[in-house]
Amino acid sequence: MYQIEVKDIYKSFKDVHAVRGISFAIRPGEFVALLGPNGAGKTTTVEMMEGLKNPDSGEILLQGKSWLKNEKDLRSIIGLSLQETRFSEKLTIFETLCLFGSFFRLGEKRVNEIIELTGLESKQKSMVGTLSGGQRQRLALGVALLNTPQILFLDEPTTGLDPHSRLDLWKILKQLKDSEKTTLILTTHYMEEAESLCDRIIIIDEGKILKDGKLEDLLDEDSRNLDELFINLTGKALRENGNVVL
Amino acid sequence: MRSIKNNQLYQLFKTQLLLTIREPEVLFWGMVFPVLISIGLGLAFTQQTESKFNVILVEKNKTELDSLLNIYATKAHSKGENIQNWEISNKTLGNTIFKFSESDWNSAIISLKRGEADVVVTDSLGKAVYHFDPLNSQSQLAYMKLSALVKSPASSMSTENTDIEPLTLKGVRYIDFLIPGLIAFGLMSSIMWGVSYTIIERRSQKLLRRMVATPMKKSNFLFALMFVRILMNVVESLILFFFAWLIFDIHIQGNIGALIVLFLAGNLAFTGIAILVASRTTKTEVGSGLINAVQMPMMLLSGIFFSYHNFPEWSIGVIKLLPLTALTDGIRSIFNEGAGWMEVIYPTCILSALGVICFAVGMKLFKWN
Repeated sequence: MYQIEVKDIYKSFKDVHAVRGISFAIRPGEFVALLGPNGAGKTTTVEMMEGLKNPDSGEILLQGKSWLKNEKDLRSIIGLSLQETRFSEKLTIFETLCLFGSFFRLGEKRVNEIIELTGLESKQKSMVGTLSGGQRQRLALGVALLNTPQILFLDEPTTGLDPHSRLDLWKILKQLKDSEKTTLILTTHYMEEAESLCDRIIIIDEGKILKDGKLEDLLDEDSRNLDELFINLTGKALRENGNVVL
Repeated sequence: MRSIKNNQLYQLFKTQLLLTIREPEVLFWGMVFPVLISIGLGLAFTQQTESKFNVILVEKNKTELDSLLNIYATKAHSKGENIQNWEISNKTLGNTIFKFSESDWNSAIISLKRGEADVVVTDSLGKAVYHFDPLNSQSQLAYMKLSALVKSPASSMSTENTDIEPLTLKGVRYIDFLIPGLIAFGLMSSIMWGVSYTIIERRSQKLLRRMVATPMKKSNFLFALMFVRILMNVVESLILFFFAWLIFDIHIQGNIGALIVLFLAGNLAFTGIAILVASRTTKTEVGSGLINAVQMPMMLLSGIFFSYHNFPEWSIGVIKLLPLTALTDGIRSIFNEGAGWMEVIYPTCILSALGVICFAVGMKLFKWN
């Protein structure tokens, strides 16, 4: 059985067609990257999979269940980190994790495990407002992992981070991959992130899937890396000098 | 047995309380400021002060007033001009001082416009003529006192009024009127900002969206906000009451049980309104505008600082429908009139019903994402 099935979904906001007929299916344990520039429809697609937005048409099933009828069950099996969530600045890391842990009826034992997993032991009593960008992202990942999710959604988890903090986060995600218990859907516009973490890459632009497959299957003589592939597919670069090109 | 620490309502309450008390501004505006206001206004309106009136004389010929001034006034020199002070002592009503200075008509009118003078006196056939804005109560009082003095100086200068019996009953002073009003106003203000603004801020930070992406029970989040505000309001009101008791000897004359129930109903009403106000918007600027739009009319109309019975007759029926009026009148009647359960059952029920309805409608409209 597939962990996630996305069947021909569409979503518009006023006169913007954000998602225009996307379909794919993800197997248990797969690490999948949704790759595309800003405005490609990645976040909208992921938020529909997370049950935070409803598609205008089409269907999304998680473990064969739809959001409409099984919201309570599905909320407890997924973990997620949203783009730009700001946790309360005047709470400590420990207090924030305890709060989110209580939503899953988890206690301090699990909170301490997460603090260890994310390498935040020395900062656990620090207020969120005093944390660096990398530490905040590790906290966001920690909150996402609290309930040991079967499906994990990470929306641009390393955007805006320095290379060192990005590597720290990748290390945690690689540990997770080795455990083979979690299915990961990650949106990014960093080629390296998709290449180093994911088994499968889905390239999205203007609300449609351009390519879907394993990295080695996507590349050929004309497209020796993801940058070249993206240019060949769309005629534009995914990023230029570190900046995203729309 | 499952630990209470794993309970989401407990954790939501605890973290919300921590967030509240970790903001020093909250403690100042919620606890210190109302006490300072009540002390300031209480002292301003309970101390017996001297009444001072400035009178400008624009006279061509001497009047009867001048002959009285020659007898009773003391001459002084201030800022390059000659002035005469006429002081009338009165143990019951407080002392009155008239300050007379001489000037020409144009300068006198400018002083009147600037509020430096209360009355301008000219002469006509040996009689004093008084010029002032009849709508200005200070000027009117100056005229009435001064003309009475001129007519019968001896009786007007008696130091005691035997026909006045000062009321020293509890509950009739201005401070007795003010403290229940401040408690009700503090409750509304603390909830409107504490609940509405917190919700809108969390929504704009996408924290609400992050929270509803978990199995959190949505109503628990709102209940936690309400419980924290009730706790803070109890503490704030007790501090205010304690200082009012200490400094002004304020007492609760009515039923304390009824007061507690009415207080809780007020909390429920304003929490419901706050949730309704904050149910849709993601912008804190819009939120501030909405909160002010709800608060300001009630602050001005509901009789917090001064009685709403001074407003036109037709508006009083409408003012009485405002939740802050119902709460203030109810608390005031328990404090000052010795009211019990029966007298406050109506406002208590109305406020509770309003709270439940607003809460339900707010939850329906609520935008979590």
